[in-house]
Order: sequence, then structure tokens, then C-alpha cells
Amino acid sequence: MKSLSEIDTTSKRASKAAGYSWGIAEEVGKNIRLLEMFGLPGIKNLNDFYKKKREQQFENLNLISVNNKTVKFEFCPIICGTNFLDQIKSLENLKEIKFEKIAYPLLFLPFVSRASEIIGKRLYLKLDGNNFLLNFNNNIFSNFFKNEIIKVANDVSIKFLENSNLFSENDWKELYKLSENIFVEESDSLKQSAAGAGLTDND
Amino acid sequence: MNVELRNPNVIMKLSRLGSFHQSKLSFLRSFLKEFKDWEYKRDLFELDQFGYGTAVYSFKKNTRVYSLVCFANELSENERSDRVIATKWDAAFVLHDGVPTKQDIERLRNEVPKQEIGRLSYKELTLSRANKSVRAFDHVVKSLSEGNQPNIELLSKVGYLYRTTAVYGSGKFGLADRFRIKNRQEIYGPFRLEMMLVYLVRQFTFDQVNHVAKHKNPRRAVALDTEISRNLGIGNSTGLGMAPFIVNHPTLLSNWILARETALKTIREIKNVRLEDIKLFKSCLKKSIKNITSWNTDSGYQKKKIKSLLNDLNKFIQLIEKDFNFSKEFIFNHLYLWIEENLGDECIEYIVSMMMEPYDDIVNPLINQMSSEEEKYFNIPTSKTVADLKNILETKYSEILKIDFSKKKNNQNFWFISKNKEEPRMADRFKENGSELEQPLAIARDIKKLYEVLSVSKNSSTIDKFLVNNNDLRHVVRRAFVIEKFPYSEIQDNTISHSIVPIDMLRLKLSFFGALKFDPRSDKWLRINLFQGAPLPQELKNHDSYWVYNSLN
Repeated sequence: MKSLSEIDTTSKRASKAAGYSWGIAEEVGKNIRLLEMFGLPGIKNLNDFYKKKREQQFENLNLISVNNKTVKFEFCPIICGTNFLDQIKSLENLKEIKFEKIAYPLLFLPFVSRASEIIGKRLYLKLDGNNFLLNFNNNIFSNFFKNEIIKVANDVSIKFLENSNLFSENDWKELYKLSENIFVEESDSLKQSAAGAGLTDND
Repeated sequence: MNVELRNPNVIMKLSRLGSFHQSKLSFLRSFLKEFKDWEYKRDLFELDQFGYGTAVYSFKKNTRVYSLVCFANELSENERSDRVIATKWDAAFVLHDGVPTKQDIERLRNEVPKQEIGRLSYKELTLSRANKSVRAFDHVVKSLSEGNQPNIELLSKVGYLYRTTAVYGSGKFGLADRFRIKNRQEIYGPFRLEMMLVYLVRQFTFDQVNHVAKHKNPRRAVALDTEISRNLGIGNSTGLGMAPFIVNHPTLLSNWILARETALKTIREIKNVRLEDIKLFKSCLKKSIKNITSWNTDSGYQKKKIKSLLNDLNKFIQLIEKDFNFSKEFIFNHLYLWIEENLGDECIEYIVSMMMEPYDDIVNPLINQMSSEEEKYFNIPTSKTVADLKNILETKYSEILKIDFSKKKNNQNFWFISKNKEEPRMADRFKENGSELEQPLAIARDIKKLYEVLSVSKNSSTIDKFLVNNNDLRHVVRRAFVIEKFPYSEIQDNTISHSIVPIDMLRLKLSFFGALKFDPRSDKWLRINLFQGAPLPQELKNHDSYWVYNSLN
């Protein structure tokens, strides 16, 4: 079994060899490490992408907007992801961002996961029929369980989920009421000797 | 009184970093302190009459066990090489997490002797190999088998029976990733498990030499005297492989240096220094001179440094014995200001190390702060502005920005990864091929380039926009935001200059390991000694924490 450290180093070196700057190669190293740690096929997708990159051109998406459409080629997942991560603070107020045709979108995913941690919000990523709930870069909840390469996602969307509870106020009240059963009623004498009791607070 | 931390622009110069010495903060000393209460055992010792075979040693506390598995092999003289390109060694070692099963040992027997081309598992933590110092080992076997103790003079010249040539950890070759073990309290200090491996290897070398001598002459052989054993360490040959580490781990580097600087600052701020602390400081200082006078090297560069160290130490001892008034307040601050004014780098850093000796209460809490959660600082704060970044460069890299990289001499070298051994190397870019595959270790040059680009960029522009067109500088943008939080994270020197002495980078790291007797064999590699004078495993429980100054050699 390869260690995550080996996965990081080799992905970084391969990314530099594939033509990216050292700084971006460092990002890819960390990302592939994340994917593999989350049980997603990072090495497999990266290797296939770099093979394809030798024969095919990809578009660089530099400034991310609400709707991002390709002109001629599929978007490069690494440049698109790097810029998404870098620009996340100015994008976080948008409710949803759409992309058309991102090549090898699993390579884009860790940038989105890391962005979720930076802004402290869950992000919901849809890659055609595959859905991923990215929880602050701590874990990923998904319906994608295949150890396979996704060569392109034609419809990609990212929804910014506001920090809200997944339960109703009633659920909370009921549970809180149950939790109260561990509290003990204080006697009057104990109440009178508790911190701050009996003193004037106007001193 | 508030003493300022020392200026990174001074301390982080390579010539200063290359003058660092072991101290109370050193990893091998803190390792011994941490593991003194652990149960030590030799679990297996199956060597043939020549000393070849398998041995297992362990440290145990409660349910946690760390086991060193040793494989000693026959090696012909023409196969023995300390170079990293070697493929066979006298012995190979691995630190296993837990108690190895028979199947584990069989698996490891197939993999560990192969070292870099073998595969380890997440159950293994560190990996190493070592070669005999043939002249020392053979002499000891001969003497012991004849019923005599070995010649101490010969042993003190070498200082060890075996030399390691690499110690690997943190996920290399399939070893456990750090995330699997980082929450174990006993390994909070850096390189704890690497230190454990080397320490147990040292014991193996004593057991092996006794075993071989005994088999050579069962009736007359005697065991190696414990005092002599204690004064033998483990040698280590270290080359350029170690140098990029301190560039590639800026937050870790900063935490190491910050611990040292914080200790010094706190000691200088002591108003009334206790008499017994002065006594201890003086005693360690005087005893330590033995470690300098027995420091053997053929390197003219190091000989000069040792000579200047001894001259300066004599001046300092003269001061504290005759001229200095110890009845005043803030003694260590006065002493520090004097050494800074009157002595060279090598001696200044030597005395700084000594000043820590009386102060467990200051030093111990700092030891646990010497690790780093590097991942936390990886993301670039892209909402900051060009003006913010420029300001960081102007304040934190002021010396670097003065370097003129249009001059050939300032661009002379490049760092690369060798194809045959995947190890870092340095070469002259105007003579050798491959500079287009340069590693991102020319930080000074790239920082200067970043500054030039920032200078023609709009100050109010945010870093996310700046990076869209300047991702070639992304690696140094990241570093600049790291140095903002970690003042000692960057070497304030040009690592590609014609005048770079790479062993200064090695010396810095090795001093934090706790190495003694740096012996440069060129400007690119050196030999050192680890654990010389250290207590033997059975003595650990009540060991003297000043053992490093009690060495006979």
C-alpha cells in the first residue's frame, strides 16, 4: 500500500512534469492525498488526465462567475479548481455556481472540499448524476462509490449551503426536555451561597 | 526587563545556523527523557557465530509497544559503502508498531534489507541501515575474544561501532503516515521514533560485538565494559538528502528555532539568577570542553571552526572565572551581550546551548511545541492585498531583497532530484545539464522575483486576482504568508549562491537531533556521532540528564 506521503510527493512531481507551476503542483499533491484519504480514486483520475493532456487541449477558467461556459474545450479541472479555491471568499455570497464541461471533475472536487473549510459552509457539488456533500473538508457524503475514472462532467453545479440545523425546533425542544432530567433542584440555602449571591454588584 | 527575541535576519543566516550545537532541546535528549520510564527488553536474539541473523528489541508502557527488528547480514568488503547509492549493508533495521508476529518478521526479512526498493506497511514507523566501522568492530571483537578490553584511544577516535547512512520515517516506502500516530503523547517532540530506532540500534551493536567475541573464543572472551559501551554512540553519514528538508518544512523549522530563541530570551530575563544555576552552567561548560578537544576531523573548514571555538571559550571562561561580577542582576543577559560583542558565531551558539542547562522549567514546556501541524498553514489567504504581501516581503525578507540575481555568482547552483536514487542534489547551473528541472528551493531568488512583480502590480488588488496571472510564483506567495506567522521559517540566505556551504544546512538539523562532533568530509556531506555518552537502556530509569557532558571521549 502506498502511503499518503508518497501519494502527495509523486502527484506533486508528476504535476510539475505535466507543465504546472510548483505552486499549483503543491496544491495537486495535497488534493490527491485528500481524495485517496476520503476513499476516492485520485491517483487513477490524475494519471489518466495527464495522459490525455498530452494529446488534448483544455480551457483555463480564470475568473469564476455564476455561469461558466466553455468556448471550445473542456475546462482544465486543476486551473479551474485553483481559481475557485483562490476566489472562494468573493464567491461565497452566491447561492449557486454552474460550470459546463469540466474534464476529470474528481480532480476539481478537493478544491471545492477545501473551499468549504475556508468559508465554514457545507458545499453541495453535483457532477452530472453524482452528488457530493462536502462537509468543511472533514468528510464527504456521496452517492458515488465507484473506483472509476470520470472523464468529463457536462453539468456541474456547486450550491453554498447556509449554516442551519438539519432538525426542527420541535425536535430540539423534545430532546432538550429529556436532557433536563439529569439536572438537580437546588435548595434555597445553596442558592443563597452561590457565586455572586448576597453581594451588591454596584461596586 | 523585556528582552527581544533575536532578529531572524541574523539568526537565520546559514553561517549562524551552521554554528548551532546540541542542547537540552535536542531530540535525542528529549527522547531519552520521555522514554526513561518505559520497559526495555531484548525480545529475540538469534544470531549465528559470525553475528548474522535477527534480533528484536522493544520499549513498552501500558498497552503501547515499539519494537526494533534488526537483520544483520554478511557483507563483503567491496560491497560496503556509506553512499546513498549503496544497495547492501551490514545491518538493516525497522521500528515496528507493536509486537511483530512471526509472519511480520518473515515479511520484514524480505523487505527491510532492501531498504529503498523494499516495501513496508503502515505497521512500520521508521527504517534504517548501518555499516560497521570495520576497524573499530574488528578490534573490539579481537580484544574481547582474547579476554581484554579494547584500546580506548582507538575507540575514542572513531566513537562508534556502526554508522547509519539514512533513517527514514513519515510515510517513506510505505511506512506509516504521520497522521496515524501524531496524537500519541510520547512522540509529541519531533523525530522521536527516529531517535528511538538509532538508540536501540546502538544497543544491538554492543550485543552483536559481545556475541561474536564470545563465539570466537568461548572460554576466554569477556563482555565489553559498560563504561566503554556508554562512551560509544552511533555514527551517521549525512549528505545533501537532508538539506531541502529545512526549506520544505518552514513551520517546523520555525518552531525549532523559536523554541531555542524563547528559551534564550526567558533565561536572559531572569533577574536574580540562583547560585546553583550558575554553578551548573559553569560545570556543564567546563565538562563540555572534553567533547571539543576529542573532536576529530580532517576537514580544514571544521578544524578552523573548532580552533576558533576553543579560543573563544577560553576567553569566556577567563571572563566568568576572573572578571565577571556574578552579584549583579540579569546575569545571563549581561553574559549574552558580552559574547555577542566579543565572540564568533560558533562560540555564541555553543554558550547559548549551555545557558539552557540549568533550566528544565523553561526548556521542558518548549519541547512539546517543536512539532508542527503544517497542513493548517497550507492555504493561501487570497483575500489579502498586493500591498499586504509587499509589506511582508519588505519586513521579513529585507536582506534577501538586497541580493542581485542578475550576477552569475548569485545564480550559480541549482537543486535537483537525482534520477538514479531520487535524492536531492546540487549542481553548477552553468556546467551541468538539468537546471530546467530545478526544485523549488531557490527561495531567495523567487522571493526577489515576486517582489519585482508585486512592485508593478496594483496595491489594492487582491491575491486571488494577482495569482491568476502569476501562478509561477505561487509557491513563494504561500511561503511569504507563512513567514508572517512563523518568524524563523525562512533561511535568510541565498541557497543557490556560488558561496553556499550546504553542510551548514545539515549541521542545523543535526544539532537539533543532538549530534556531536560534526566531521565534514566535503562541503556536501559529513559524519556525526549520536548518543555518545548516553545511558544504556538498562540505566535509563535513573539517568543523569547531563550525560552528554560526562563522556570519556
